Amino acid sequence: MTPGEIDKIFRDEAGRALATLIRLVGDFDLAEDALQDAFAVALERWACEVPDNPRAWLVNVAKHKAIDRIRRQAVFRGKQHALVHELELNALGPGEPIATLDDDMLRLIFTCCHPAFAPEVQVALTLRTVCGLSMAQVARAFLISEEAVAQRLVRAKQKIRLAGIPYEVPEREALAPRLDGVLAVIYLVFTEGYVATEGADLMRPDLATEAIRLGRLLNRLMPDRAGITGLLALMLLHDARRGGRQTPAGDIVLLEEQDRALWDRAQIEEGLRLVEDALRVPGRPQPYAVQAAIAALHARATSFEATDWPQIAGLYEVLLRINPSPVIELNHAAALSMVDGPARALDLVDAIAARGGLRGYELLPAVRADLLRRLGRKAEAREAYRAATEATQLEPLRRLYARRMREME
Amino acid sequence: MQYLLMIYQNEVEYAKNDEATSQKMLAEYQTFTQSIIQSGNFKAGDRLQPTTTATTVRVREGKTLTTDGPFAETREQLGGYYLIEAKDLNAAIEIAARIPSARIGSIEVRPIWVYDK
Repeated sequence: MTPGEIDKIFRDEAGRALATLIRLVGDFDLAEDALQDAFAVALERWACEVPDNPRAWLVNVAKHKAIDRIRRQAVFRGKQHALVHELELNALGPGEPIATLDDDMLRLIFTCCHPAFAPEVQVALTLRTVCGLSMAQVARAFLISEEAVAQRLVRAKQKIRLAGIPYEVPEREALAPRLDGVLAVIYLVFTEGYVATEGADLMRPDLATEAIRLGRLLNRLMPDRAGITGLLALMLLHDARRGGRQTPAGDIVLLEEQDRALWDRAQIEEGLRLVEDALRVPGRPQPYAVQAAIAALHARATSFEATDWPQIAGLYEVLLRINPSPVIELNHAAALSMVDGPARALDLVDAIAARGGLRGYELLPAVRADLLRRLGRKAEAREAYRAATEATQLEPLRRLYARRMREME
Repeated sequence: MQYLLMIYQNEVEYAKNDEATSQKMLAEYQTFTQSIIQSGNFKAGDRLQPTTTATTVRVREGKTLTTDGPFAETREQLGGYYLIEAKDLNAAIEIAARIPSARIGSIEVRPIWVYDK
């Protein structure tokens, strides 16, 4: 087996192996170090022969490495005998029930997304430990230094230990709000991949892919939850349009200009099936499921003109009832402009702006600019495009606004 | 593990409460305290006099400097605390959320430093 192939197995198994190891050794750092040791051994041995169950192999080798480390470390002196004994009892056979291993993965996800961490820390922890991204990859994803990521992770792991953040999936009434937190982290990773906050590139496809991978994992581990299925459907449907959303030169292609033949049909079909599943789960409608239903209407439309705008506007009204926010109001106004015309939508947008709920939200001037342009109010539109340009750090968006201003000359 | 639950709220606003509201709050605190004594989580707990009674002390170059008032002026002031024993942070958060002042102010949950023997 080539180092490249071995590396792929590491990537696929790292999160799961780590999840189980943390439960066995009861310490994040020790588990990570021991897993690194096991990877080093695997690189040597797997070149000749790969074990039948690579994950169980990795966990067992890492466990022995952890025992070695405990014996060497003065910190654990005193507790050493009890710990080593317990670890030896916890041998992981190839026949370990899948359910236990799935539970470990959920424990890891819920611990990384604990609300005691700031959102950016939750994201960094999840990408590093659950997705197995390297420190450098996490740093690149959020345009921060590797040092800053390392610092964040060290502090987080310290907090897990010192503040007593438990390695468990919350029970009963605590589960729903915590699950919302987990979904928010996944969606945060996805949206950064879908439209980056800043920089030269519109998208970061690797982040979108990681978020979808997390969504699939969670959807398998906790089936029949409309929020999870809805989020997965939403991400798949948005991501399916990736091929049509920019020119080869990296310029934005707007929805109304996109060549729909470039959309990923297979992924859209999967997304549509999941939307149906999400909407069929009994209980009150979940925001992600409703957003996915909106994305589904876009994905189904044969052209921009043929889009079912009245139904989209209606779904935004549902969203406003179950999950009101100025961002949703803005989206609702944009959809309504396709039903009742830009003048009525502009009134709504100006009302949102007057309330000040979206101050600093960069898309408000952009939506205003587009409505003013369609109304032929060129001077005001130009003013709004200038404000929109000021408000964004993303170069493709700035080029889009510049193009719009040129078109109006 | 042991945690200190520090109760922060705006003491000026709180002082504006009428008698009935204050009595109701006091009763809620008594019920809450009883409940965590019974569950075995309670270690200690006190209410503090307002920050107008506070004195801040520093020693610089051997000299004791005393100033009137709290160390920092903030929107919310430390008004009391509980020291609790809890299984983990989740259990501590669950208890903190039941402190009556959590609905008007905020509770800072801090683990107690344990020295290795």
